[in-house]
Amino acid sequence: MKAFLRYREVWLLAAIVVLIGLISTRFPGFSDPANLRQVFNDTSILMILALGQMVVILTRSIDLSMASNLCFTGMVVAMLNAAHPAIPIPLLIVAALLVGLALGAINGLLVWRLNIPSIVVTLGTLTIYRGATFVISGGAWVNADQMSPAFIGLQRAALLGIPVLSWIAVLVIALFFLLMTRTALGRSIYAIGVNPTASVYAGIDVGRTKFIVFCLSGMIGGLCGYLWISRYVIASVEVANGYELNIIAACVIGGISIAGGIGSVGGAVLGALFLGIISNALPVINISPFWQMAISGSAIILAVVLNARGERRQGRIILRKAEAA
Amino acid sequence: MSILRKLMVMAALSAAMFVNAAYADNVKIALVVKSLGNGFFDAANKGAEEAAKELGDVDIIYTGPTKATAEAQIEVVNSLIAQKVDAIAISANDADALVPALKKAMDRGITVISWDSGVAPEGRQLHLNPSDTGLIGETIIKLAADYLPEGGEVAILSASSTATNQNAWIDAAKKVLPEKFPKIKLVATVYGDDDSAKSTDEAKGLLKSYPNLKAIIAPTTVGVVAAAQVVTDEGLIGKVNVTGLALPSEFKKFIDNGASQAVALWNPIDLGYSAVYLAHDLAVKKEEAKPGATLSIGRVGKVTLDDTNSAAMAPPFQFDKTNIEKFSKIY
Repeated sequence: MKAFLRYREVWLLAAIVVLIGLISTRFPGFSDPANLRQVFNDTSILMILALGQMVVILTRSIDLSMASNLCFTGMVVAMLNAAHPAIPIPLLIVAALLVGLALGAINGLLVWRLNIPSIVVTLGTLTIYRGATFVISGGAWVNADQMSPAFIGLQRAALLGIPVLSWIAVLVIALFFLLMTRTALGRSIYAIGVNPTASVYAGIDVGRTKFIVFCLSGMIGGLCGYLWISRYVIASVEVANGYELNIIAACVIGGISIAGGIGSVGGAVLGALFLGIISNALPVINISPFWQMAISGSAIILAVVLNARGERRQGRIILRKAEAA
Repeated sequence: MSILRKLMVMAALSAAMFVNAAYADNVKIALVVKSLGNGFFDAANKGAEEAAKELGDVDIIYTGPTKATAEAQIEVVNSLIAQKVDAIAISANDADALVPALKKAMDRGITVISWDSGVAPEGRQLHLNPSDTGLIGETIIKLAADYLPEGGEVAILSASSTATNQNAWIDAAKKVLPEKFPKIKLVATVYGDDDSAKSTDEAKGLLKSYPNLKAIIAPTTVGVVAAAQVVTDEGLIGKVNVTGLALPSEFKKFIDNGASQAVALWNPIDLGYSAVYLAHDLAVKKEEAKPGATLSIGRVGKVTLDDTNSAAMAPPFQFDKTNIEKFSKIY
C-alpha cells in the first residue's frame, strides 16, 4: 500500500516536472533554480493552507471558512500592529494562531456538539467571518505605511539565502508529516475517514477528533492571515475572497479524496505547488487573459480525472487489506 | 397651568409631526459602489455625505455588494427599487449587464445616473466621468514618461479585462503614445483583476518577461500597490518605476521608499459629492439630462454633458514626494 501511495506522489511530481519543462520551452528562465525557489516561496501560503484543509477533508469533512478566517485574523493582527507597533511580531503570530484557533473551534463545536454537516457549518461561518471583518474594521483598509517594518519584513528576511516565509512552510510541512505519520491523532484522522463506524468500535471519539481537526485548520487559517497580510501589505475585507476554492483545488489535485480517508502531506504540498506553478507561469508565457482562467480550470479537471483513476486502484487495495484483517 | 400644558403637548406633537413629515419628504439617494470595504469608495461616500448636508433634504444610502461583480450589483439595485429610493448613483461593475435592472428603476420613476465606472447610455440618464478619458490616458503615460527622458519599455497592469473605465483609459493611452511619447514603448497589458494575489503574480510575470522594463503603469488602486510591493521585494527600486492611479493614503509608503516617483488620481471625495449633486439636480430640481445641458455640482463647479450625456469632473491630480504626506491624511 505504501508503494502505491508513493507511486501517486511520484506521478504528480512527474507531472510537475513535465509542466515546468513545457513552460521552459516558452520561457527559458522558468526552470532556473532561483526562479523555482521563488515559485516555492510564492506558493508557501497555499501549501500551508492546503495542509490545514487536508486534515479536515481526511475526516470526511470540509472547511469552507478558511479564507474568511484568514481575512478576519489578518485584519485583527494588522489593526493590532497599526494601533500598537511596539507589540513584538512573535507575539502577533501567537495572537494570529489563537484568533484562528478560536474561529476554528466555533466550526468544530458546531460540527461536534450539534452534529451539523461541516459543509453547512462552514458555509455559514464563511460569510459570518468575512462579515465580522467588515464589522471590526468598519470597511476601512489597513495600508502598507500603517504596518511596522518588522511586520512586513519578517517573512522577507533571508535565512541561509531563503526567505523566512519558505522556512515557515517547510516547518509546517514537517510538523504535519510528523502529525500524520507518527501520532495517534494522525492515525485516528485516517481511520475516521476510511470508516467512521469502525473507528467508534476501535475506541476513537469521532466528534472530538473532528473538533480537533477544525481547530487545526483554524490555526492554520490564522497563521496564514498574518502571512497573507504582510505579504500583500494590505488588509481589507476583500482579502482572499474566494480563495477557499483554490485551497480545496490544491487538495484535490494532490490526490486527497473528498470522500475522506485518502491523502498525504506530500500530496497536498505537490497539489499546491502544481497550482502555484500554473498561476506563476501563465503571466510569463504571454497568454491572453481571456484564456488564462480556462487553462487553469482545465488543468484542475485533468489532474482530478487522472487522480480519480489512481484512486480507484487505491480503493481496492484498502478493501482487500480490510478483508484480510 | 392645564392650558399651558395642553399647548405644550400640542406644540410638541406638531413639532414631532413636522419632523416626521420632513423626514418622509427627504430625497433618498442611493450611492451604489463596485464593492464595499474599498477605501476609494469610502472616500466617495464622505463627499456624498458632505453634499447631503449642504443640500439639506437628502438622505444618502451608501451601499454595494461585498464582491465586485455585476450579478451582485444587480441584486443591490433590485432591492433599492423595492425600497423606493428617489435616485440611484452607481459605479458599475459592468457597462451592459446592469442596463436591464437600471431600466426597470427608471421605469419606476427613479433617477439613475452612473459615476466613476459608467453604464451604457440606455441604462442611465447621465454619466459623470471622474475626469476626461483622454486626459487620464495621457496622464498615466506622462507619469511614466516624465521620469524616462531616454524613453524605454513600459507595461500596463490593469484591473479586470472587462472593466469599462480601465479599458477606455488604456485605449486613450495607446492613442497618444505615437505622437506625444514616441520614445515610450508599451510592451504588454496584463490584468490583475483588482485582486492582490493575482496582481502580484502578473507584476512578477512582467518583470520576468521583460527584463528591460522601465515602468509599470497600473491604473487601478489595488494593482498599483501590488506592483510597487513586488518592485520593492525584488530590489528593483530605481530600476523600475511604478506609477498609475493610486490613493495617497494607501500608496504613501511606496512614494517614500522610491518604488514610485509619482502617481495621480482625482479626488474621490469630490466625485461622490458631485454624483450626489447631479442626482439631486435631476430628481429634485427636475433638470433634464440632454446633450449640451450644463448642470451644477456645488463647490466643484459646473459640468456640461456631451453627445452621450457624459460629463467630466476635473483633470487627475498628481501626487509625488512634495505633497503625498498632506494628501495621505485626507484620502
